[in-house]
Amino acid sequence: MSSDWPLWEVFVRARGGLDHRHVGSVHAPDAGIAIRHARDTYTRREEGVSLWVVRSNEITASDPSEAEEMFEPAASKIYRHPTFYDLPDEVKHM
Amino acid sequence: MYTTELDKKAADSRVVEVGIDDPQQLARFEARVAADDFIEPNDWMPETYRKTLVRQMSQHAHSEIVGMLPEGNWLTRAPSLSRKAILLAKIQDEAGHGLYLYCAAETLGVSREQMIDALHDGSAKYSTIFNYPTLNWADIGAIGWLVDGAAIMNQVPLQRTSYGPYARAMVRICKEESFHQRQGFELMMHMVNGTPDQREMAQDALNRFWWPSLMMFGPPDDKSPNTERSMRWRIKRDTNDDLRQKFVDATVPQAELLGLTVPDPNLRWNEERGHYDFSPIDWEEFYAVVRGEGPVAQERMQARRKAWDDGAWVREAAASYETKHASARIAA
Ligand SMILES: [Fe+2]
Ligand SMILES: [Fe+2]
Ligand SMILES: [Fe+2]
Repeated sequence: MSSDWPLWEVFVRARGGLDHRHVGSVHAPDAGIAIRHARDTYTRREEGVSLWVVRSNEITASDPSEAEEMFEPAASKIYRHPTFYDLPDEVKHM
Repeated sequence: MYTTELDKKAADSRVVEVGIDDPQQLARFEARVAADDFIEPNDWMPETYRKTLVRQMSQHAHSEIVGMLPEGNWLTRAPSLSRKAILLAKIQDEAGHGLYLYCAAETLGVSREQMIDALHDGSAKYSTIFNYPTLNWADIGAIGWLVDGAAIMNQVPLQRTSYGPYARAMVRICKEESFHQRQGFELMMHMVNGTPDQREMAQDALNRFWWPSLMMFGPPDDKSPNTERSMRWRIKRDTNDDLRQKFVDATVPQAELLGLTVPDPNLRWNEERGHYDFSPIDWEEFYAVVRGEGPVAQERMQARRKAWDDGAWVREAAASYETKHASARIAA
């Protein structure tokens, strides 16, 4: 076998109710083996209760060189934050 | 925005029958939810649990989407650029809430198309509050303060609802709701501190939105036959009446702070109960709105369908662009 097995991104749900979080990746020939490798690589100390694996080349990422124009527009919209509104002390918790 | 789970025939308030599930799996499921475990899409669940959630979550999603319409009505007439930007940002959030919730509902095996179709053909429900018109600019303040306020009351406990994807969507939504209520209250403060006319507009908005806001919590507990099971399964964490009382208790002092009068002659603090007493709600009006007889129900659905139909060419163009590129990839 001359080429590497494909790469899979691994996501672990730490506890019931939480989102799966990206933890790293594994090489594996298929999804079933990727899950087993992921278990042995990332959950040896009870780090999770559920695993997802996704082929890395199935992921489309935003371009880091375009990060500024991508995310800057939110910077000026401070009125999206609750703290923008000045309310009397009686309703501060609102 | 929020909708309590409304049966299509809410007025007859029938109990939804529990299907026949494997008793052992059912027992395990009951034990898990009783222990506050979260249920995830791949877990076994009773068919009734799935159906109840699909209905409640899709109604909630529809409410976020239809809820944009009464506010959108004022976008081009906002009195300043700043108010317009704020209103636009809030409406944009509501669209996002709809999307979070549709996605969460899709994990239960219902498609986006099915849900949208059900909304557009009138078979799905959404919160009754959006079938009332927004007649003056202060209504935008009243909606943020009262309608989003009622939504928050409902949604905060739903962050601990037993279905994981729903609970996580609620966490995201609740983070965004505080701005909605605060901008509304702040708008009301401006109105009550303005000219006598503006004050009157604020009072008028409160007069019209008070009772419909209380109805947002859904039918009274003795008329909501599925509440007990929904509480047992931790789909609901509080009863409609409990949440309604909580909302009244929190909101009346806020109205006093604004110097506005809550339109209820029987509203008074009950020292013994430690709660405000208030007049009985006109449930006939509520059920009429549920049946689709709300003041602007038809207008809302027409606007919704028109937006959908007018956007069809964009969806088709995007799909045919993708088809073209997919065949180019295959040819290459
Ligand atoms: Fe909501
Ligand atoms: Fe919302
Ligand atoms: Fe909202």
